[in-house]
Amino acid sequence: MDKNLVTGERRKERLDRGIKVRTEGIYAVSSLQEVIYLFLPRLILIAGLLLLPILITSLYWKRVVSIAAIYALLALGFDFLAHFVGLVSLGGAFFIGVGGYTAALLNTSLGLPVTLTLPLATVGGALICTLLLLPALPLRGVYFAIVTLMYPLALMRIIEALNIFGGTDGILGVAGFPNRWVEQYLIILIVIFALFGLRRLVNEDIGLVFRGVKDNDQAVRASGLSITLYKAIAVFIASGLGSLGGAYLSHIYMWSGISQFALDFSVIPIAATVIGGGGTLVGPLLGCFFLVPISEWLREFGTLRIVFYSLILMAFIMFRSEGIMVYAQRKYHQFERWVKV
Amino acid sequence: MSEEPILQAISVSKSFGGVQALTQVNFTVKEGDIFGIIGPNGSGKTTLINCITGFIKMDSGKVFYRGKEITNQAPNQIANLGITRTFQIMRPYYSLPAYKNLIIPLFSPRARRKGGWRGGGKLGDRGTVSIDILEEIGFERDSFVPYKLASSLPTGYLKRLELARCLALRPDIILCDEVFSGLSMSEIASMVPLIEKLQMDGITLVMIEHRLRELFRVANRVMVLNFGEKLTEGIPEEVMANEKVKEAYLGSEKLLDYTFEA
Repeated sequence: MDKNLVTGERRKERLDRGIKVRTEGIYAVSSLQEVIYLFLPRLILIAGLLLLPILITSLYWKRVVSIAAIYALLALGFDFLAHFVGLVSLGGAFFIGVGGYTAALLNTSLGLPVTLTLPLATVGGALICTLLLLPALPLRGVYFAIVTLMYPLALMRIIEALNIFGGTDGILGVAGFPNRWVEQYLIILIVIFALFGLRRLVNEDIGLVFRGVKDNDQAVRASGLSITLYKAIAVFIASGLGSLGGAYLSHIYMWSGISQFALDFSVIPIAATVIGGGGTLVGPLLGCFFLVPISEWLREFGTLRIVFYSLILMAFIMFRSEGIMVYAQRKYHQFERWVKV
Repeated sequence: MSEEPILQAISVSKSFGGVQALTQVNFTVKEGDIFGIIGPNGSGKTTLINCITGFIKMDSGKVFYRGKEITNQAPNQIANLGITRTFQIMRPYYSLPAYKNLIIPLFSPRARRKGGWRGGGKLGDRGTVSIDILEEIGFERDSFVPYKLASSLPTGYLKRLELARCLALRPDIILCDEVFSGLSMSEIASMVPLIEKLQMDGITLVMIEHRLRELFRVANRVMVLNFGEKLTEGIPEEVMANEKVKEAYLGSEKLLDYTFEA
C-alpha cells in the first residue's frame, strides 16, 4: 500500500479476524486456541482484580482499591442505564447516599449485622430510589439527568435542615467488616458478579427490551410492553448496585453522613465511562480503577490536582474519545489496513 | 356473534391547539374485513389510528373492541388486546438484528399468553419463533437478511419488519399506516398477496393508503376523510364515484380512470 496517498485517497479498512468470526457462534469450543482467545481477556480481568488486594501492601492504597470498586458499581449502573436503556442518570450520589444511610440506620437502630444490612440496603435502597424516580421516568435525556441530580442535593439539605439521621455529624458507630480481607474481597467479587451479570442481562430477551426502549420507545409500546415498567426495572437494577456501594461505604468508614450525597459519586462514574468506553460495561469499570487511584495520587499536588485531572480527562476526550475498551476490543477482534479509495 | 363489529369508533374528535384534526368520525369494522381509510394529505388518517391505538388521547368519542370500551387506554394495553399497528415512518430497533427486533414483541404479555412461556410454545425459544415469523412475511430464512442489523436493511424489508412486529403479537386487528408508501412497484406487487394471506388467516386489517389501485384490489370497504371529517364510506367503486370525494382529491376526473384501469 502506497504510504504517500493523502486522506481523501485512502481509507482504513477493518476486517474481523478469522478467529473472532469462528468463535462468535455456539461452536466456539472446537480448539484450545479458540477457547484461549475467548477466555484470556476475561481471565486477565478477573485475575487482575483478585490479585489487587494481595499485590498492594499499603493500607491506604488497599482502601483506595475498595473505593474504586464502589465507584465501579456506580459506573456499571450508569453505563447500563445510559447505553442500554437510554436514561442518562446523574444519580450516583443519590444511590450511594440512600444505600449508605439505609445500611447505617439498619445497623445502628435495629442492630442488624453486616450480613443482613448489605442485602437489605441494596433492595431497600433500590426500592426507595426507584419510587422517588418514578415520576421522572417519562422524561428522557438531559431532563431525566436533572431530576436525578436534584435528589441528592435536596436530601442533603433536608437532613441538614431538619437535623434528622444525626444531622451534619452523620451516623456514628456503624459496624465494620470482620477483617480486612473480607472487606477487600467481598466488594471485588460483587463487582465481578455485577459486571458479568449485567453483560448477560443485556443479551437476554429482557435486555433486548431495554435496548428497544433506548432505540425506539414508541415501538416498544406498540409491541404491548409498558416502557415505564421496564425503565423502572432498569432503574431498580442500577440503583440497587449504587445502594450496595453506598452500604459498603458506610461499613468501610463505620460512619454515614451527608458527604455521601457528594457530587463526586455522580460525576466520576461518567468520566470513567468516557475514558473506559461507553456501552462496553467493562470499560467504565476499568475507567474507575484508573481514575480513582490517579485522583488519590494527585492529592500530593494540592489544589493543582484538579488541573492535572482535567488535563488527563481532556487528553482522553481529544485523542481517544471512543474510550479504552472500544479501542482495545477493536484491536483484539479486527485487523486494519489502508486501502485505496 | 359475528354480527358484532370487531372495532367501532363513535364520534372521535381531536384537536391540536386550534387545528381540528378529527371531527366526530364514526366507523365500524367487521371481523375479517379489509377496511381502507383514504384521504388527501393532512386529512387526519394517521391521527385517527393514533387515537384508536392510544398513542394520542382523543378529546371526545369512544372506541369499542368487540363491544368492550378501549377509549384512551395505554398503547401497550391496547396492543395486548390484539389491536396492533404499523408506523408510517418505520420504527425498527436500528441497533438490533432483524430477528432480534421481533423478540421484543414476543416478550409481551399477549405473545407469552398465546404462545407459551417462551413465546414459542414447546417448539423453541423466541429466536426460532421470530425467524419463523420473518419467513412468513418474506425474509428468506437461509439468507443473511434476518440476521442483518435493522439499520442496514432497505425500506422494503423495514416495512415488512413493521408488519412482522404486529404478527409477533398474534393480532386480531392490524392497523397499517401506509405499508405501500416508499416501495417500488415490484415490491408492492409482492406485498399485496401478503396482505391477502393475512386476511385469509383471519386477521382484520385497517389500511391507510395512498396507493389506491392496490388498496382497492384488497379492500372490502373504504372510508374517505377530508380535513378531519368523514366524507363517505362504502365499497370502493361507490366511494370513488362520489362527487365530494373527487373534489377532495383536487377535482381530478382522471382519478377513476387511474384507479380502475388495471
